[in-house]
Amino acid sequence: MMPTLEVRSGQIGFKLPVALAMATVLLACHRQPQHTSAPASARELGGNLRGDPGVLAQDDGQWVMPAKNYASTRFSGLDEINARNVSRLGVSWTFSTGMVAGHEAAPLVVGATMFIVTPFPNVVYAFDLSRPGAPIKWQYDPKPLGASKGVACCDLVNRGAAYADGTIFFNTLDGRTIALAADTGQPKWITQLADINKGETMTMAPLVVKGKVLVGNSGGEFGVRGWLVALDAASGAVVWRAYSTGPDKDVLIGPTFKPFYPSDRGTDLGITTWPGEGWRTGGGTVWGWLSYDPELDLIYYGTANPGPWNPEQRPGDNKWTAGIFARRPDTGEAIWYYQTSPHDLFDHDGVNELVLADVKMNGGETRKLALRADRNGLLYALDRTTGEVLSAAPFGFVNSNRGVDMKTGRLIPVAEKAPQQGVVVRDICPAAPGMKDWQPTSFSPRTGLLYIPHQNLCEDIEAMATSYIAGTPYVGASVAYKAGPGGNRGVVTAWDPAAAKAAWTIQETFPVWSGTVVTAGDLLFYGTMEGWFKAVNAKTGDLLWQFKCGSGVIGQPIVYKGPDGHEFVAVLAGVGGWAGALVSNDLDPRDATAGNGWGAALADLKTATTRGGMLYVFSLGGGR
Amino acid sequence: MSAPGAPGPCFPATGAHRPHSPTWRLIAAIALAGAAYCTARAAQPSLRVCADPNNLPFSNRAGEGFENRIAELLAADRHARLEYTWWAQRRGFVRNTLGAGVCDVIIGVPRSFELTQTTRPYYRSSYVFVSKAARRLGVRSFDDARLRNLKIGVQMIGDDFNNSPPAHALASRGIVKNVVGYSVYGDYSRPSPLSEIVSAVDRGEVDVAVVWGPTAGYFARSSRSGLTLTPVAPDGESPTLPFAFDISMGVRRGDPGLSRTLDEFLTRRRADVEAILDRYGVPRVEGD
Repeated sequence: MMPTLEVRSGQIGFKLPVALAMATVLLACHRQPQHTSAPASARELGGNLRGDPGVLAQDDGQWVMPAKNYASTRFSGLDEINARNVSRLGVSWTFSTGMVAGHEAAPLVVGATMFIVTPFPNVVYAFDLSRPGAPIKWQYDPKPLGASKGVACCDLVNRGAAYADGTIFFNTLDGRTIALAADTGQPKWITQLADINKGETMTMAPLVVKGKVLVGNSGGEFGVRGWLVALDAASGAVVWRAYSTGPDKDVLIGPTFKPFYPSDRGTDLGITTWPGEGWRTGGGTVWGWLSYDPELDLIYYGTANPGPWNPEQRPGDNKWTAGIFARRPDTGEAIWYYQTSPHDLFDHDGVNELVLADVKMNGGETRKLALRADRNGLLYALDRTTGEVLSAAPFGFVNSNRGVDMKTGRLIPVAEKAPQQGVVVRDICPAAPGMKDWQPTSFSPRTGLLYIPHQNLCEDIEAMATSYIAGTPYVGASVAYKAGPGGNRGVVTAWDPAAAKAAWTIQETFPVWSGTVVTAGDLLFYGTMEGWFKAVNAKTGDLLWQFKCGSGVIGQPIVYKGPDGHEFVAVLAGVGGWAGALVSNDLDPRDATAGNGWGAALADLKTATTRGGMLYVFSLGGGR
Repeated sequence: MSAPGAPGPCFPATGAHRPHSPTWRLIAAIALAGAAYCTARAAQPSLRVCADPNNLPFSNRAGEGFENRIAELLAADRHARLEYTWWAQRRGFVRNTLGAGVCDVIIGVPRSFELTQTTRPYYRSSYVFVSKAARRLGVRSFDDARLRNLKIGVQMIGDDFNNSPPAHALASRGIVKNVVGYSVYGDYSRPSPLSEIVSAVDRGEVDVAVVWGPTAGYFARSSRSGLTLTPVAPDGESPTLPFAFDISMGVRRGDPGLSRTLDEFLTRRRADVEAILDRYGVPRVEGD
């Protein structure tokens, strides 16, 4: 659903260059409108949960897609748990996955069943919420090729499943999209999409729109060419595939493509903005999030960094990597594109989620916004009908760019922070993982704030160390991350899009690698890498409750209503992921460059937590 | 990863495994359960080698690579039974093999490799320019002006300034438009993933390729057109960018006994090792 925001008098204006042009943007935050089309609750439907997942997502009793709804707000309208009673929140039940890789997935709740998908080997569990202790209803082991661990590199995470029309859809590390009958766990179809032998994997959560399952690939570091594919939800057949590089016909760019900025216009830019044949191996994978606006009938998603060459080997904008596409879900045809990091220098994938919100501007016009907290450190407010940048402001300490030229829409780079061969470039902020990585934000229409879990890391880069892969000595980069200004490595920022500034922040010791979720009880939930699962006041950031999990939390919390009619909060704990690989892969923190540059930055993580996946479900009083 | 054979004592010089911490000990115990854990009872020791099952000319599961041959020589020399743990040689290789305690030796790593302790180097090879012999190009330096116009094949690895030395050398000279990238891993579903860049020269798809010596030497021999290999001259522009590397064996850090044993083997059996490298066409260059 699209939160509708209206003007409240006396609110602070934009303090950005764009504000001069477009006048003051005001928005305020009202309770979300009641949806007249809201479906009967899952229980009333007797578990036969058919129909449009976008409509189903409006039922706050359930959580049918990782981002909660097509607008990706991760906002729950439930308010039974609130500031007054959250101190009574307790563990209701738990489940051990028995796995030690990073657990990044969001659980789903459909009717009286909860579903989780684990990291590799990507086992799916269904739990019967109507019975005490939520026993396993069924489990499905896709038996992904063991080789995908060795061949497909290092990242064993999975970011979750999606539900639609009696079916659970998820991806496996070895490159398959699988549809399971939600009631039995029996596979309906399995489609092999990515080729691990070429370095492709799949780790993202699908989005189901208009009977199509949208999925993309991972593996940009291996010379993979990125794509987004739409599969027919009923059969698993490929309906369309949109590449992120190459000729217009491969990118599904045609007469309807109307990018806002001139630098994105032209024929076959997916070829001409690369040297030679570079686009064939150019990256731009699609491993992040998708959103959907049913009114505009547009899907939104980001493309990852260009690769696998160093920046100096791929002069040009390297389109269509590190940017945002709007496409028609039926055909895949591109409508607009905006490049957050033209000619990316820093591994700043453009895959972070786009939160869709309608904002009534000063002067009365309502703008349909897409909010993006980007790897490059800027918080973008885009007009999601056109791709125009309305504002782009740093949400942390940034010295590798000077924001966006509001005329051209282009990122303004800082030359002295560009990595150079043979030179140690120090204090590049943000570091390669960016100001924020994959971990999703949430948005409350009640507070009007965007809740951003993120990093505060800078890096030193020297492209010189000799390393080794596949019998070929190569020259590795010596990269070391470190805490940014202030010394804390993690932050939760509550961002006021109206003022284009932080309303409040919470400093955390380690990068906040979990997602956030916010409720109508004005509670914000998130986890920390040392294992605290926290509830804070969504208006003020004041800590109201916390629970220490058995392992660091890098998963995505969800909120749902149990069969007993009460509100529950669920999250997977289990440290790992890119940031937590020191623990989940047992790397040596004495090596500053271990796990890319994390060794130096998180040397103390191994003394703060240990690995191991566990699902935690909380409710008032716990124990139910 | 394969399960090594019946339990037997370790390769003599390895001594007992010495876990560093309780965590390590636990992991090692799990990893070794049912595998070749060291006991002093069985008669024949085992040589546990970590290797890639599909990485010719270095190694493959069928034992056809020169690192397989060197491992066989070593096992025979020590009267040990040769056991492999197979894992693709890329990120995570050392962690999942040597680091997990399931094998003890990697046959080939650069001498300056950070993730293992390394033995004395037993050969030194170089990146080479590969071109058709009949064309008599004679390119031997990245400063050769013709490289601005020739179509050049080069292997690439990843972003974040990780790349092969030739890729760095070309990039620093602004030679980008006429460069064709080949995966340093190749297509792992095929029997010789690394052959593609050399085949591209043979087929005339590129004029010249810059390839790590052992790979070039091995695949050039089966070329149809006849290929010439010329070692890459030191880079005058970036003197710290190396193109020649000493190759050693790699063992776990804190395993000096094994390292010394391997050093002794490499010295004493030097001629036999050289003969194997010759048979596989591994080009060698002089030291620094």
